[in-house]
Amino acid sequence: MPTITINNQKIEAKEGQTILEVAKDHHIDIPTLCHFPDLDVQSDCRICMSEIVGQKKLAPSCSTPVKEGMEIKTNSQRVYNARKTITELLLSNHDTNCTACERNMNCELQTLADTLGIDENRFENILEHEPIDDNNPSITRNADRCIKCGRCIEVCKNVQGIHVLDYMNRSHDTKVAPAHGKFLNDQVCTYCGQCANVCPVASITEKSDLEKVTHAIHDETKHVIVQTAPATRVSLGETLGMDSGSIVTGQMVAALRRVGFDKVFDTDFTADLTIMEEGHELLSRVKEGGKLPMITSCCPGWVNYAEQKNPDMLDHLSTAKSPQQMFGALAKTYYAEKEHIDPNNVYVVSIMPCTAKKFEAAREEMQVHKETADVDAVLTTRELGKMIKRAGVNFKNIGEESYDAPFGITSGAGAIFGATGGVMEAALRTVSEVVNEKPLEKLDFEDIRGMEGIKEASVTLGENTFKVAVAHTLSNAQKVLDDIKAGVSPYAFIEVMACPGGCIGGGGQPYTTTNAKRQERIDAIYNVDTAMKLRKSHENPAVNTLYEEYLSEPLSKRAHDLLHTHYKPR
Amino acid sequence: MLESILSKYPKEQDMLIEILLDVQNQKTDQYLSEAEIEQIASYLSLPTAHVSSAVSFYTFFSTQRRGEHVIQVCKDVPCYLNDSDNLVDTIQKQLGIGMHETTEDGMFTLEPTSCLGICDGAPAMRIGEHTYTKLNKDRVTALLAEYRGKR
Amino acid sequence: MEQKLLTKHIPGMDPMNIQAYLDVEGYQSFFKAFKTQPLDIIGDIEKSKLRGRGGAAFPVHIKMMSMAKQKETTRYIICNADEGEPGNFKDRYLMENNPHQLLEGMLIAAYATRANKGYIYIRGEFDTPIKIMHEAIRQAKAHGLLGTNIQGSGFDFDLEIRSGAGSYVCGEEFALIESIEGKSGRTRVKPPFPTDVGLFGKPTLINNVETFSNLPWILAMGGEAFASIGTESSTGTKLVSVSGNVKHPGVYEVPFGVPIRDVIDTLGGGTQNAQKIGMVQLSGASGPIIPEYMLDLTIDFDRFEDFDSKTGAGAIIVMDDQKDMFNILKRISDFFEHESCGKCTPCREGNVHMSKLLNKFLQSDATEKDLMNLESLSRVMHQTSLCGLGQSAPTAVLSTLKYFRDTYFDRIEHPQEGGLA
Repeated sequence: MPTITINNQKIEAKEGQTILEVAKDHHIDIPTLCHFPDLDVQSDCRICMSEIVGQKKLAPSCSTPVKEGMEIKTNSQRVYNARKTITELLLSNHDTNCTACERNMNCELQTLADTLGIDENRFENILEHEPIDDNNPSITRNADRCIKCGRCIEVCKNVQGIHVLDYMNRSHDTKVAPAHGKFLNDQVCTYCGQCANVCPVASITEKSDLEKVTHAIHDETKHVIVQTAPATRVSLGETLGMDSGSIVTGQMVAALRRVGFDKVFDTDFTADLTIMEEGHELLSRVKEGGKLPMITSCCPGWVNYAEQKNPDMLDHLSTAKSPQQMFGALAKTYYAEKEHIDPNNVYVVSIMPCTAKKFEAAREEMQVHKETADVDAVLTTRELGKMIKRAGVNFKNIGEESYDAPFGITSGAGAIFGATGGVMEAALRTVSEVVNEKPLEKLDFEDIRGMEGIKEASVTLGENTFKVAVAHTLSNAQKVLDDIKAGVSPYAFIEVMACPGGCIGGGGQPYTTTNAKRQERIDAIYNVDTAMKLRKSHENPAVNTLYEEYLSEPLSKRAHDLLHTHYKPR
Repeated sequence: MLESILSKYPKEQDMLIEILLDVQNQKTDQYLSEAEIEQIASYLSLPTAHVSSAVSFYTFFSTQRRGEHVIQVCKDVPCYLNDSDNLVDTIQKQLGIGMHETTEDGMFTLEPTSCLGICDGAPAMRIGEHTYTKLNKDRVTALLAEYRGKR
Repeated sequence: MEQKLLTKHIPGMDPMNIQAYLDVEGYQSFFKAFKTQPLDIIGDIEKSKLRGRGGAAFPVHIKMMSMAKQKETTRYIICNADEGEPGNFKDRYLMENNPHQLLEGMLIAAYATRANKGYIYIRGEFDTPIKIMHEAIRQAKAHGLLGTNIQGSGFDFDLEIRSGAGSYVCGEEFALIESIEGKSGRTRVKPPFPTDVGLFGKPTLINNVETFSNLPWILAMGGEAFASIGTESSTGTKLVSVSGNVKHPGVYEVPFGVPIRDVIDTLGGGTQNAQKIGMVQLSGASGPIIPEYMLDLTIDFDRFEDFDSKTGAGAIIVMDDQKDMFNILKRISDFFEHESCGKCTPCREGNVHMSKLLNKFLQSDATEKDLMNLESLSRVMHQTSLCGLGQSAPTAVLSTLKYFRDTYFDRIEHPQEGGLA
């Protein structure tokens, strides 16, 4: 236990801690830019420099371990000068037109400049403009705003194992880009958006559909309906000044009505429907000797990854569409027919924790009618936060409201889709009751919950016991796939989510999604589940009515036409 | 040609720089194309971004076509003290090209280089894999003529 | 004034023939090492007080001991032959003229630290040294000096050459390791240090050509005898690269403690055309620039503490008084701007602005404010950069701000017509 002093305060540090960690434990703020919890220490921005008395050079707090007797100053004149100079240097090679930036007032660099009191930059602006990478539906890269902190590379390379982004060139020509300095759609990008989530500035963001949606809302000829993904209800609050893990389902519904949507529906409904289709698909594969293990396909980042990097595995993917796309297909058929509206005038908006959902909505397979996409626009949780602010809605004080029928009647099983392991748990609840024909004694499958990378459980169906697995992050997904390829996978059914923690940790979620915040959102989503009367998809009365009125039964011809899809190598 | 070069090397990631050098050196246009970068990445099971990053980092590699003979003239202090500016002038006049340019016949590309580590022979330059020292106007003129004659 | 150890057999010995080296008792120190306990070899090196010749002047035995104590049994030795510092060419000289002395030094280090695989990382510009070292390794293998069970001792050591591809920063140890691993040469965060987690994540001992080449001599003469050469803090000899405006540029081996002036005048033959000396840059682009009156300083590792420069004047670049200081500074700054890896902010962005500010002085367009900004920027770059490149990039500016401050004010107050001098 080294004893050190920070700013004249005597502190007992823990063995092996860095200056930054000790400071954090003792509520001393040291500014950082490249540092991000859960990612490897980069130590390249040099903002967190501190002074160690007796040393000529300053020390990076993020990567300097404390030693017995160290006397540290985190706010001396030397430290202040250094931080200020480094921030000025970053700003000198940055597009500083802050009011034209998506992250104005929500930017780590801007906050830092403000804290340090930089009113005038001593160094001239030397920025050389780069073309904006926005020819894909999901992600926009603006190199003019990049500060080369490397967080996006870390998450792309080491968390997701994709390594689309890397540093190109060197010295002040350094830029973060895909191979050959090209655009994301030239390379194998899954559009998971983890890069956008960790970016401290607005260099990587979702490709915004906010204007498109606002336009549709104000178009009198359009019937604009919205669906909200499971994970959004436990994260939207963060964008509007609330604590992480706040459950804001009712406020979100109310806010969406104030913003001007004609009907507010819940993706949890089609999550229940997904379980019906996917669960029966699994049972049929087991019964008829189909391709096993079957792997979930509701995560578009994962589907992109499978198509790009593992085209030989596509037979394993469930053909069931994702809840977002089942909703879109039904909205433009069943719902339009029921409400007597021309499907071309039904405008479907999704609120998703995800950037890849924008790509999914734009897929040509996802069009029941030739003239119109099933889902017209996708907004991320972050975009919705902006939209609510822009509409002047006082979110914290708004009363709670309920979803519209029929796509607002949902179960807890649909809700937990938002967390890693949730789809599997929802499926197991349904599949085991359908097969075993008796209620489960315990609905909670604890083994497959939580942040561990690969989790497993077993389930008894009739006389057979099956092993199942849950993987999140694409590097963990690849491990599970490699086992299948090697013929050593013991599983019948596998859930894969591209983002760490599942959708609650998605690329479209509020900024600075750390693993600690992921856990708070996970806890919240299971609270949503336990608070519900309905907790099993097959008991959702609205789902059953849909089958009775329209689809007849899971895997029927019509269900197949509307709710299933196919995959192809990319 | 690329395949036969690759087959000489074990499929180990640390062979990357050696392979890139070898491939580029065997090409008369002295550069690495996107297709070659992708093929090398695939041979070593490396992400293309990794290989592309390395290619763009090291000054030896070019992703633009260059002349058969790349002339690199040292721009650092010991050579400058021995009149390397004059050397550059002479070459530019003789070849009719500026820095980072290639002669129309595809014979020469002129580039500046950081110190060649041969400051006792300043001013120095490198043509391809040969280093030339203690250069002056006459020697450079003769050297360029010699290279032209080789063709 | 010269004292030849490492260069004793240069010129004259055929570098392409191992027999020439064997004839002058080459590899005898390695054979001696076989009969010695590895820790005793390190003990002897400790007695020699040998410090690394690469720039940090770190005691060699401490690194070796740290390696020897590792639990991990896969260990690597790397010879840093990425001599890219402008004004330095003594490692090239050693490789071109006595390649086997280097191999013997690496073998001794490998044996003492129980490493079984080594790499020589030679900068790509060194076409001739690469060829010579390849041939030396081939001949050493043929003579049973490399490979498995060397000379029946049970000790295995294999050696490979890796070439650089145009990057000065790869002389920095972690950038070099990254480069050998097939990556861009961007340095890593320390700690851990290479002797703990180095090449391929394994303990790695890195020294440069000159440092390794000293080891056969230490074993031959004994650590204490070696320590008696040079000064108390800097033992042995130093190969000095002399360049610039001198009559006889070249590599000279002198004991530590010799005055810089003597090396310039006696060995370098003084200035060309009998011009006066204006400035002298020590140790290369990253070293301090000093005025003529300071040349009585002796060659010693700890002479330039003010600038955290520990290269001990391994290079001496002489500039006569006809040269414009700002032209020189601008070139140095351009060098670092070009060679920065781009990883850390102060080096990536700072060098650009340093060049721009120096250009203002060069163009007679600078103000006192520019001078203040230049000074402040230089200090921050020095104190906050991630690796030695960024930390030492401003040394030339900081040293001229100290020794030639008037020249800056002169240029501000009396702009020169037409800008360039």
